[in-house]
Amino acid sequence: MSDFPHTPPRFSATFTPAVNAEIRRAAASGIYDIRGGGTKRHLPHFDDLLFLGASISRYPLEGYREKCSTDVWLGTRFAKKPIHLDIPITIAGMSFGALSGPAKEALGRGASEAGTSTTTGDGGMTEEERGHSKTLVYQYLPSRYGMNPDDLRRADAIEVVVGQGAKPGGGGMLLGQKISDRVANMRNLPKGIDQRSACRHPDWTGPDDLEIKIMELREITDWEKPIYVKVGGARPYYDTALAVKAGADVVVLDGMQGGTAATQDVFIEHVGMPILACIPQAVKALQDLGMHRKVQLIVSGGIRSGADVAKAMALGADAVAIGTAALIALGDNDPKWEEEYQKLGTTADAYDDWHEGRDPAGITTQDPELSKRFDPVLGGRRLKNYLKVMTLEAQTIARACGKNHLHNLEPEDLVSLTIEAAAMAGVPLAGTNWIPGRNGGW
Amino acid sequence: MQTFDLGKEGLRALNSSLHALKGQTNMTAWEVVNPKGAHAIAAGVDAPVDITVRGSTGYYCAGMNKQATIRIKGSAGPGVAENMMSGTVIIDGNASQYAGATGRGGLLVIKGNASSRCGVSMKGIDIVVHGSIGHMSAFMAQSGNLVVLGDAGDALGDSLYEARLFVRGSVKSLGADCIEKEMRPEHLALLADLLKRGEADGQARPEEFKRYGSARKLYNFNIDNAAAY
Repeated sequence: MSDFPHTPPRFSATFTPAVNAEIRRAAASGIYDIRGGGTKRHLPHFDDLLFLGASISRYPLEGYREKCSTDVWLGTRFAKKPIHLDIPITIAGMSFGALSGPAKEALGRGASEAGTSTTTGDGGMTEEERGHSKTLVYQYLPSRYGMNPDDLRRADAIEVVVGQGAKPGGGGMLLGQKISDRVANMRNLPKGIDQRSACRHPDWTGPDDLEIKIMELREITDWEKPIYVKVGGARPYYDTALAVKAGADVVVLDGMQGGTAATQDVFIEHVGMPILACIPQAVKALQDLGMHRKVQLIVSGGIRSGADVAKAMALGADAVAIGTAALIALGDNDPKWEEEYQKLGTTADAYDDWHEGRDPAGITTQDPELSKRFDPVLGGRRLKNYLKVMTLEAQTIARACGKNHLHNLEPEDLVSLTIEAAAMAGVPLAGTNWIPGRNGGW
Repeated sequence: MQTFDLGKEGLRALNSSLHALKGQTNMTAWEVVNPKGAHAIAAGVDAPVDITVRGSTGYYCAGMNKQATIRIKGSAGPGVAENMMSGTVIIDGNASQYAGATGRGGLLVIKGNASSRCGVSMKGIDIVVHGSIGHMSAFMAQSGNLVVLGDAGDALGDSLYEARLFVRGSVKSLGADCIEKEMRPEHLALLADLLKRGEADGQARPEEFKRYGSARKLYNFNIDNAAAY
């Protein structure tokens, strides 16, 4: 036995304990890891941007005295009945099936009380959400689960879903545990089987077909409804341009931080781009076509605060959508359920096995007992509060930048803390006039 | 008979007139002339009326139809009768891709051939094809019946759920999880009814068909079936 000290244990930066644990899990189970939510990796994000605020060369608006408007019109290009929202923060599509009926009701209540819209998902329209949503966007998805012309006409807008940020190029997934009698009936599927949603629409492929499909939807709804096209953050410049060409009233762009009810972890973490990298490309496409502000842009994926809202809008978005944040506002991942999270082998704020349907908070489940834990009236109030706070926060920033409407925020109001975010967002690195890739960059 | 000249009056005027027909109407017979392959002809109708289109149609003719009987005296472009809820659509000629896609009810009759993806993701519709169908037909078909008097192309019924497929001729290949199944008396009776309603009862007998359906092996994930996913 040598008296020299041992080399201390050294963990690999490549084969970390977490990586090794996943290898062992895969080897034992024979199935890829499926989970809900969006990417969990660290990415360039809105946190890497700062507002400059007013100074001698810009003067601010008086907080709480001078008006800073927040309303937004959506669908003004072709629809006879465009949507007018009080705030530019909408609720993203989340399905009944992925969420419980009371959770969908709460989203409708909260959104309506805050003066904004909510959105159906891959499972059709429920009475809970139609009844409690003043403005309801109806998703038109590849699976067409629950799709019918009556609900199309009952909707206030139609969102043709081409992709989503958590899984651009992938279809939906709802595992058998959540296929209750009601979900099965709405989706024309046997109870308890894994539901595999197609990744492509069954009756059109490509932008030329999409143009005809949008025309059909307009004809069926007598050209009343705004038609959105939702894409995941894959090739935002071209996807936005093609959506505009196909006749969209609104483009919805979802970055990889955007959540999903259930998808392979490898898909969530390795496919798609962060929303920060997507927005400028989409805005550029709209500007190149002379359609910025004529075709509205809604962005989503990792929006958490009024600061995020203001930054997204300063980059050129007309509105944002929230999904994960809305669920947290309702009560998802609340530490008050910690004991039960521990029993599920997880912890509050990390719980993402939404596909298993055992959500202690009663939100991402079809279990009637768990669903009872969730009060849709209280949940709706919490969501309204959160939406109001985000709006006030965004107004605070906009006033500080001297803007009397959130839409007047502009890239000139922003700087970046990192070179990466500066390059992606197209705003200068703080303290410089350098935008990598544009003025003297590589 | 209401005669509508699509070439002169335009698609919006046609569909607007048809959508105005609510519930009981005495304007039950409509004729559309000069369709010239226009898209979305008679899409979204929700009334028990009889519409005859004299010529060939573009994409999505009779899309999301409810209650109406729509006859196409020509051939139909892609997505004819897509997501049909109820009623009947009868095509004298051929149908392009995705005929009857996601249809939930009603009857689609194609007297010629249907192209690829006929009955894709069907959810309750009955489809009777007098001729043959192309590849990937009845992909992810959930429920309803597809009857083919001719042949079927590659990958019939891939990832099939609970739809029933009846083919009289050859099947080039079956898709993942689609197998031939026993033809029991109730299936023969169902088929006889479908052939009759599909205006094909003089052309084929139920005993001449084979039945295909889901092996149900992909209904819940199993790593040993990974090659089929």
